[in-house]
Amino acid sequence: MEAKERLKIPRQRMPEQTPEQRKSNFFEVPLGYTPELAQKEALRCLQCKRPTCMDGCPVEIDIPGFIKLIEDEDFIGAAKKIKETNSLPAVCGRVCPQEDQCEKTCVLAKKFDPVAIGNLERFVADYEKDEGEIEIPKIEKKTGKKVAVVGSGPAGLTVAGDLVKMGHEVTVFELLHKAGGVLVYGIPEFRLPKAMVEAEVDYLRKLGVKIKLSWPVGASQTVDELFEEGYQVVFLGTGAGLPNFMHIPGENLCGIYSANEYLTRSNLMKAYAFPDHDTPIFSGKNVAVLGGGNTAMDAVRIGLRLGAKNAYIVYRRSRAEMPAREVEIHHAEEEGIKFHFLTTPIKYISNEDGWVTGMECLRMELGEPDASGRRRPVPIKGSNFIMEVDTVVVAIGNSSHPLVPRTTPGLEVNKWGNIIADLETGQTSRKGVFAGGDIVTGGATVILAAGAGKKSARAIDAYLKTL
Amino acid sequence: MSKILEKESLGPKINLIKLKVPHIVRKAKPGQFVILRIHERGERIPMSIADLDLENDILTIIFQEVGKSTAELATFKPGETLSDVIGPLGKPTPIKNYGTSVCVGGGIGIAPLHPIAKALKGCGNKVISIIGARSKELLFMEEEMRKISDELLITTDDGSYGTRGLVSEPLAEMLKNKKKIDFVMAIGPVPMMKAVCYVTKPYRIKTMVSLNPIMIDGTGMCGVCRVSVGGETKFACVDGPDFDGHKVDFDELSIRLKMYLKEEKIAMERYLSLMGKQ
Repeated sequence: MEAKERLKIPRQRMPEQTPEQRKSNFFEVPLGYTPELAQKEALRCLQCKRPTCMDGCPVEIDIPGFIKLIEDEDFIGAAKKIKETNSLPAVCGRVCPQEDQCEKTCVLAKKFDPVAIGNLERFVADYEKDEGEIEIPKIEKKTGKKVAVVGSGPAGLTVAGDLVKMGHEVTVFELLHKAGGVLVYGIPEFRLPKAMVEAEVDYLRKLGVKIKLSWPVGASQTVDELFEEGYQVVFLGTGAGLPNFMHIPGENLCGIYSANEYLTRSNLMKAYAFPDHDTPIFSGKNVAVLGGGNTAMDAVRIGLRLGAKNAYIVYRRSRAEMPAREVEIHHAEEEGIKFHFLTTPIKYISNEDGWVTGMECLRMELGEPDASGRRRPVPIKGSNFIMEVDTVVVAIGNSSHPLVPRTTPGLEVNKWGNIIADLETGQTSRKGVFAGGDIVTGGATVILAAGAGKKSARAIDAYLKTL
Repeated sequence: MSKILEKESLGPKINLIKLKVPHIVRKAKPGQFVILRIHERGERIPMSIADLDLENDILTIIFQEVGKSTAELATFKPGETLSDVIGPLGKPTPIKNYGTSVCVGGGIGIAPLHPIAKALKGCGNKVISIIGARSKELLFMEEEMRKISDELLITTDDGSYGTRGLVSEPLAEMLKNKKKIDFVMAIGPVPMMKAVCYVTKPYRIKTMVSLNPIMIDGTGMCGVCRVSVGGETKFACVDGPDFDGHKVDFDELSIRLKMYLKEEKIAMERYLSLMGKQ
């Protein structure tokens, strides 16, 4: 097909549950492409000789390559093509901020809508799963080298997948009872079905990765003890698991959650299915979520699905400064989430039983840009007002999980507790210890963690060859 | 997965189970805890360590049936498996030779007190233990505590065994009689720990308590176990569970422990009705 004709095809929308349907269930919002839609979308790719889309992909997927295979109706081939470099396509196809990565650098993006690369990635990953038997790629000859991966989030899973394919023996240690890290405790079912994560983890198991669950490295054994047990490399992908609070009066009242708690109850522990599942969650009528990132959007949409009459985002800056993906904000708006921009709580009000009933807030205005380049919110004097709430979720970010850094002498961390590591290799201040993902960068995205894992796997392989 | 090796009833709704978990037993120190899940739909239940058998890698847990999950756990038989056990979690109790240490245990709190008292005795303390329960049938581990204590005092609320009264009362009496006490470790229900701290505070005796707030992950991630200690918010799972009892806001802890009373009732009623149908 001529480029001119390809350009005439509009970007194919992925069918979704309607806002009315989805706001009372936890099923996934976008329903996926049909093969017809996928092939039509694939036709929009101009198959550039020097594809700029790939510049935007942290895990180096051969994007035009897999799209061409979709065009040719070889969907399984397309899935394999992606898996050459990305072990987590069903996850990345759903939660990558493609608009800031491959789709941003897609050549079409300058004049037209970019190719829906993320949707296509998701389509082939799902197609391969639905077809059943997933083929195991060729594994290099066993090297006899042992690697311990601490944490089974996107960084750890990527490192594990890449290293096992290179022939190394890999064991992943996860402190929770399910593998996937933030993919299972953090991201809700309606955005990333847990069956998808399980399938990607199963795939790694089939590749030969061993996974030890409920295994808190740092407590059950230290990094040094892992070396004593015969591991030659330890990769730390322990994530940004420590929730930040605002430290304002009343923050320990009943009904006030960290985003981690609210999400963990709902996602990992399936509290939305209480009492079929044992873990409860409070289904508030007036739920306020503090923050403007993807986590805040996830939490507020959970609040709505649990039965809130009013589910609010309370954010101290304006819509333009929100770090959440546009598609998440859009989905939240469609579902009827109410946004209070330029607003910040300063204290909580309670009833005699110790439950939160209200939140005293201040209005803000935007001042000069701050260190992040965004305009700093400044409180407006005397603008105090009370918001009636019975549930508050504090979603203002996380700090690094302290268990491993605290128990690993000689491992250098910065003032925020993040492990200091070379961003190209993951090399830390300790020989044989590598790190990547949120534990190094602070809270970022799934794909950046996966990208860090990818680079680190290469560096670890090179390091193991020197031993 | 972890197999239950032994199970024993120690009294009404009080049970003992033994698990073989070498990687936990080899690392665990007095004062630390574990989290377990009974099955795939189960919640994460924090459990104190009652004893550690280092020779055989066996962990002993003593628990009271207080809600649906613990009631269900009580139905497990030797040979059956729990879906998850994770640990050791939390910071160990600071064990050293303080001189004379008084270990105060109320109700189910006697279980975690036992390894701490044992360790205190092991490093040279004179250990006076005061253990108590609502009534005689609810008291357990008396012999184990006697073995590791220089003196053992027993109280029951109803006077059915030992001295009638609360565990804090013999302690108050000792202090009134100017007995030299260098360290107090108190574990039990919140009102009991609060009472013990109230008694020791005027004498400025270092008093540690082990807190049992609601927890989920137990590794510092969710923050549900936050407690106010000396005006600062701490996470009991990673900063504790032991804290300086004179600085703990026990009233806030009591309120937070009641957060899911309604849901606990729903879960229990549903469980009982399902059991009834079987």
